[in-house]
Amino acid sequence: MYAQMIKSEATQDDPEKLAAFQARIDAGEKIEPKDWMPVGYRKTLIRQIGQHAHSEIVGQLPEGNWITRAPTLERKAILLAKVQDEAGHGLYLYCAAETLGVSRDEMTEMLLDGRMKYSSIFNYPTLTWADMGAVGWLVDGAAIMNQVPLQRTSFGPYSRAMIRVCKEESFHQRQGYDIMMKMAQGTPEQKAMAQNALNRFWYPSLMMFGPSDKDSVHSAQSMAWKIKMNTNDELRQKFVDQTVPQAEYLGLTVPDDTLTWNEEKGGYDFAEPDWDEFFEVIQGNGPCNTERLAARNKAWDDGKWVRDGLLAHAEKRSIRKVAAE
Amino acid sequence: MASVDQTQLFEFLCRMGDNTLVLGHRVSEWCGHAPVLEEDIALANTALDLIGQTQMWLGYAGDVEGKGRTADDLAMLRDVWDFRNVLLVEQPNGDFGQTMMRQFLFDAWHLAMLKALTASSNEQIAAIAAKSVKEVQYHVERSGDTVIGLGDGTSESHKRMQDALNLLWPYVGEMFVADAVDDAMAQAGIAPDLASLRAEFDAHVGGVLAEATLTIPDGKFTHKGGKSGFQHSEHLGHLLTQMQWLQRAYPGATW
Repeated sequence: MYAQMIKSEATQDDPEKLAAFQARIDAGEKIEPKDWMPVGYRKTLIRQIGQHAHSEIVGQLPEGNWITRAPTLERKAILLAKVQDEAGHGLYLYCAAETLGVSRDEMTEMLLDGRMKYSSIFNYPTLTWADMGAVGWLVDGAAIMNQVPLQRTSFGPYSRAMIRVCKEESFHQRQGYDIMMKMAQGTPEQKAMAQNALNRFWYPSLMMFGPSDKDSVHSAQSMAWKIKMNTNDELRQKFVDQTVPQAEYLGLTVPDDTLTWNEEKGGYDFAEPDWDEFFEVIQGNGPCNTERLAARNKAWDDGKWVRDGLLAHAEKRSIRKVAAE
Repeated sequence: MASVDQTQLFEFLCRMGDNTLVLGHRVSEWCGHAPVLEEDIALANTALDLIGQTQMWLGYAGDVEGKGRTADDLAMLRDVWDFRNVLLVEQPNGDFGQTMMRQFLFDAWHLAMLKALTASSNEQIAAIAAKSVKEVQYHVERSGDTVIGLGDGTSESHKRMQDALNLLWPYVGEMFVADAVDDAMAQAGIAPDLASLRAEFDAHVGGVLAEATLTIPDGKFTHKGGKSGFQHSEHLGHLLTQMQWLQRAYPGATW
């Protein structure tokens, strides 16, 4: 889940228009950029799609961290392609958000000065090659849990972006799992690396779904608008139920002593992540918050002369073209 | 196909593959740090093409050598003196302008070389070149456009691009200086006479740099020692330290 803790905006629009809008959503119609929409719907979506886009962009960093150290040419190529896909996801999500009246540059500035967030998961470090497996398997796996239902979200451009994103994400997840398989079946050191990666990424992955529904005050409106399709707890449960057998197949141990199958509910009982840690990470105190934002700020600041130069050239060229006509 | 010394053929293939490997690695260092999102995507795409080409060149090199070494063995388990890339591609990224100038100068040579190699008497080399040339045609269009855009942009971008050209121009000559390996390849019809590529390169590069309002530095001096492996720059060792670390730290593991 690449958008967390999205506060839905209260809306004070004409009640008749609101009712008609809700009726369209209830009938399963897609809302398109030029359609009338409540102010709160627009604002919430900008925040949600923007945060999702930022997550894709910042999400390049923990995996980009291993491109130059990938163990084989094939692994290097796969990882490059994956990180490139993520930049592409960022691009179409920014485009989807732009249809709501906010520019990519504005959203970038808000990311860089901390007004907008990105997913908490990308503030954790990638320390070994097995982390490339764990990120694909667990992080992309958790993201897919959220994004598959979002293919049916009410806002047309977001829905269409999700359809495209999901195709690539499921491929990423399989690649991640493939890395884990190789590691789990490899040398004792490789197996230890794989277990170590699972130990570190398990709880941060559970945190990706956001705090428990009982603590989440913003869900109802977003669910009515079909911006949010499932509750945080539903998705988290689904993720655990899917992932535990995969860990068993790898011969790895989920780092949760309380993990047990609950026949009655047809799912696992599992330990909650440390929510204090989650809120610290959101507040900027995760292990890599400083580095991640510093890297994005540096890329933006160092790139200013490039953007200015290319813009100046484009202007010169159009002036020359007009003069020649 | 005229017979050719297999050691020299191996050497030639390592030159092609090491160029793409080392440049692909350098370009991949940008991932997530480019000036705009579109450049991040384009740089990753270029790196991806180059790594793919590396797999073909070094894979074939391993076959020719006949000692059972794979493309990965050649990439990950040789030391600096065994690398055969030109010095240009191992130069550090510097700023974005330096990266794109390095890319353009290499791309322009690479395109001319690959075009000639599509007519190689060695079918496998001709096939690798035919696949690669399509990718490199796109690389050079993009790097050339960027050099023009930044050279003819603001005064700051112009200065940075001129500085990059001044820094990198002395590495151009090595790509055209033939030695015994190149002569043997040319005689067997495997590869072109390198000097014959120079006119096309000069016309192409000269045109782009003129449009970019940049001035080619005076002087004929050329750094050498990369493709012969005699004397690489200090930068290559650091690059290999990073690239080969996992394979060196856990020998024999499968990834």
